[in-house]
Amino acid sequence: MRLDLVPRARRSPLAEALSPVLAFVTAVLIGGVAVSLLGVSPGAAFAVYFVTPLSELWSLQEIAVKAAPLALIATGLAFCYRANLWNIGAEGQFVVGGLAGGWVAVATQGSAGSTAWILPAMLLAGTLAGIAYAMIPALLRVQLDVSEILTSLMLVYVAELLLDYMARGPLRDPAAFNFPQSVAFDAAARLPYLMEGETLHAGVLLALAATVIATLVLGRSLFGFATRVVGESPRAARFAGFSEVRLTLAAFAISGGAAGLAGVAEVAGRIGQLQPTISPGYGFTAIIVAFLGRLSPLGILAAALVIAITTIGGEAAQIDLRLPLDLTRAFQGLLLCLVLGADVLTRFRIRLVSGAAR
Amino acid sequence: MLRTTLGACLGALLLLASPTHAEDKLKVGFVYVGPVADYGYSFQHDLSRRALAEALPDKVETTYLENVPESDSERAIEKLARSGMGLIFTTSFGFMEPTLKVARKFPKVKFEHATGYKRAANVSTYSARFYEGRYVCGKIAATLTKTGTIGYIASFPIPEVVSGINAFMLGAQSVNPNVKLKIVWVNTWFDPGKEAEAAKALLAQGADILAQHTDSAAPLQEAEKQGKLAFGQSSDQYRFAPKAQLTAVVDDWSGYVIRETKAVLDGSWQSHDTWGGIKDGMVVLAPFTNMPADVKAMAEDTVKAIAAGKVNPFAGPVTKQDGSVAVKAGEIAPDPMILGMNWYVKGIDDTLPQ
Amino acid sequence: MSLDMIQMVLVTVLTAATPLIIAALGELVVERAGVLNLGVEGMMVCGAALGFAAAVETNSTLLGALAGAGAGMGLAAVFGLLTVGLAANQVASGLALTILGLGLSGLVGAGYVGQKREPAPHLYVPGLSDLPGIGRLFFGQDAFVYAGLGLAAGIAWFLWRTRAGLILRAVGDDHAATHALGLPVRGVRFFAVLFGGACAGLAGSYLSLAYTPFWAPAMTAGRGWIALALVVFASWRPGRVVAGATLFGGATVLQLHAQAASIGLPGQLLSALPYVATILALVLLSLGRRRGGSLAPAALGRDFTPHR
Repeated sequence: MRLDLVPRARRSPLAEALSPVLAFVTAVLIGGVAVSLLGVSPGAAFAVYFVTPLSELWSLQEIAVKAAPLALIATGLAFCYRANLWNIGAEGQFVVGGLAGGWVAVATQGSAGSTAWILPAMLLAGTLAGIAYAMIPALLRVQLDVSEILTSLMLVYVAELLLDYMARGPLRDPAAFNFPQSVAFDAAARLPYLMEGETLHAGVLLALAATVIATLVLGRSLFGFATRVVGESPRAARFAGFSEVRLTLAAFAISGGAAGLAGVAEVAGRIGQLQPTISPGYGFTAIIVAFLGRLSPLGILAAALVIAITTIGGEAAQIDLRLPLDLTRAFQGLLLCLVLGADVLTRFRIRLVSGAAR
Repeated sequence: MLRTTLGACLGALLLLASPTHAEDKLKVGFVYVGPVADYGYSFQHDLSRRALAEALPDKVETTYLENVPESDSERAIEKLARSGMGLIFTTSFGFMEPTLKVARKFPKVKFEHATGYKRAANVSTYSARFYEGRYVCGKIAATLTKTGTIGYIASFPIPEVVSGINAFMLGAQSVNPNVKLKIVWVNTWFDPGKEAEAAKALLAQGADILAQHTDSAAPLQEAEKQGKLAFGQSSDQYRFAPKAQLTAVVDDWSGYVIRETKAVLDGSWQSHDTWGGIKDGMVVLAPFTNMPADVKAMAEDTVKAIAAGKVNPFAGPVTKQDGSVAVKAGEIAPDPMILGMNWYVKGIDDTLPQ
Repeated sequence: MSLDMIQMVLVTVLTAATPLIIAALGELVVERAGVLNLGVEGMMVCGAALGFAAAVETNSTLLGALAGAGAGMGLAAVFGLLTVGLAANQVASGLALTILGLGLSGLVGAGYVGQKREPAPHLYVPGLSDLPGIGRLFFGQDAFVYAGLGLAAGIAWFLWRTRAGLILRAVGDDHAATHALGLPVRGVRFFAVLFGGACAGLAGSYLSLAYTPFWAPAMTAGRGWIALALVVFASWRPGRVVAGATLFGGATVLQLHAQAASIGLPGQLLSALPYVATILALVLLSLGRRRGGSLAPAALGRDFTPHR
């Protein structure tokens, strides 16, 4: 007996809609068994994990705030991955973006006169820093053929240490008893809140804008087409006259810029100051988000929301049901594995064939 | 600093007299920066949570969130506040601004922030004078070292760590003015492998006793492997290195956590700052082991003298690395100076990042 | 520096490099077969947890190491089922595996927090191990260190000297052609993935059984990621994995020694040294290389279904 995958002529819309549902149901069933082994009612766990986060206005806002950086970074990464470029250093680009934007905020702290330019300047600085930082692996690749997997990953650690140094050293708040943090930013250097309760901030709009723009660029423009051709068949791209070098640089610039923008939005939105660490791993999680969303901007948005919901549900499960964090992490991993596995249904029909595997 | 008043006792008695129902219980939440299982900083905080649950089983219900990244902590803290907590302990410095922000939104909930300095009407701060324990360690180390060199594994250059290094060195110098201290910054609170590598580097460079301000027991084990001595951190880590641990500077938050919870229960809670040391039982030295009886006696006497206020690690004269006077003879370093310490005392060769 | 001091530094470098060598060698075989498994960190941390738990329960370091390898293999089987069996996306599956592994390791390890074991025994050959300057380096290590070096030699021999190795490389370079030749592409890939998982798990158990013999959550602290980078650094060659891991471990250890010797540079700058040194070394290597033609297995990361 062996498992055979027969490709579908076209993606089936029905399978495409059903496969995540199937994965979700399977994960919930397995999770339910695990939870009841720990003596917790599966029904209660499901309610706390998935229903409560989606039924309160506050947690809905929190989901949006958590999903925004993931969606923004992953949308940028989609350009790289479509072109078959392995930028796995978005975390570092996020961090330098936050650092550069935060630097502007610290430098303009308490400045007199018009302050309306500060926030745009921060966003610009963060984006440019992200682009510049992504240019290191990009240029090393196009100029010297150095693998971007290694350089982009190693530069994550360098960026983290740089931020650590800056937040503890030069950018430290002089009035904070030498504690490792910058001043709290002025209101002019903060992204405005969109709703009462100081939770939902304008960074969410940046992520939505990125989704719209990326959908248009990837779907409708020559550049979007060229990206895909280069990724799928570099030879064909050369025949078509697309420059691989220019595309590589552009894809890295887009993903670096998006990550940098997400970094400064996090600093100006949620955190409001520079700290020695500003990311709970957004740049790495965004890689899963990108692929979970099948490298399409709308899919990415949905995937970012799923990750955000499971994270927030996991916190609720810790508080309300005393379920250990490791269990919710394992559940998150399981759910992702199942979603990825179920994706096969959208592309293939599965057939059992008798005979030896080959 | 200890605020047990007669009123509080009376209040507690009144509460004891009245029957309590489950829904009347005070919900107390804890936020940890690391995993509960780190056997170090977060573990010690969780011990205090468990002690609280044991001390007041009918009156409180405790819960916690672990591994909360500082930059992503606002949601976790607010979630606890929204879940009906009456008292929330946020146990890492990086939780300071998020704690204050959530506290503004939930004026009825009481917050306790560890190791910070900003307070509000419903936010207290508390911390421990870890440096007092490190002074004792310094004295032990200088007495026992044969090479005259002590290794120190440090996490991040923040005042808490720097004041610990200085107190350790001042304690060591009080025994042997020529003792040398080699410092390695590993830029992490917890990475057993890297901490072990740092320990190996220090031992290779002639240190025969190790002190650490990182959370894992790896340096202790490395010392044990090589037949050298070391101090534990945060928790009593004797079980990891029964032949190497001299003592450990243990954080004991239980007394404080129980006291504050009782104050909330009887309505006497007020925002305040607590900085407790050996005297208050917040800093405890694990049993002195692997040392001769006279050294043990010296260490115990030092602990008693610090508790009695007769010895202060930062009693003048204290000279900075550059030779300038930090604390004059006959004076004692004021708390703000210790809280914000970003300079080394004379005799330390390392350069502190500014 | 005395001879003994140099030896101590070299011993530290070698032991720091060992987990990286073992995990990276496993991943090298996986990638040579054309599969990119980014879940090394997750398999490694599971190997550390389960390896320690099994060693405590059975009181045997050997069984612990085997259990660690088995844990890595178990997770790798999940990954293999998804990516090789169901043609799921490799990058995303690997990252999902990391999250799953972190969670599972915490659940398994929860009961073993605060316990310790004696570190794995070191080789002792009377006479040889006591040789000044070289005795401890060559004749005084634990079994994992020798296993790592032996594995490098064994994999090099396997990949370039055996028919099975040739098939594995062919599968990684052109799965369509090897399939057309009637070779079992998916079977080869699945076994490679399992082997990689076993190596990652073994590397994890080295941390919890020999390097720092206790269990602590997330104790791998990113070493799985470094191992992944080292495979790229090594241009998918086993010998270079050993060289790369030694370079990385060496830079880590030397910066700690530099700090202990008080050279007065910020700790963050020195901590960044291993990462920067690795990038620079790779840049220098590629400057000396003939341009054109990637060194990576041509089918790396591309999924395969027999009907394509």
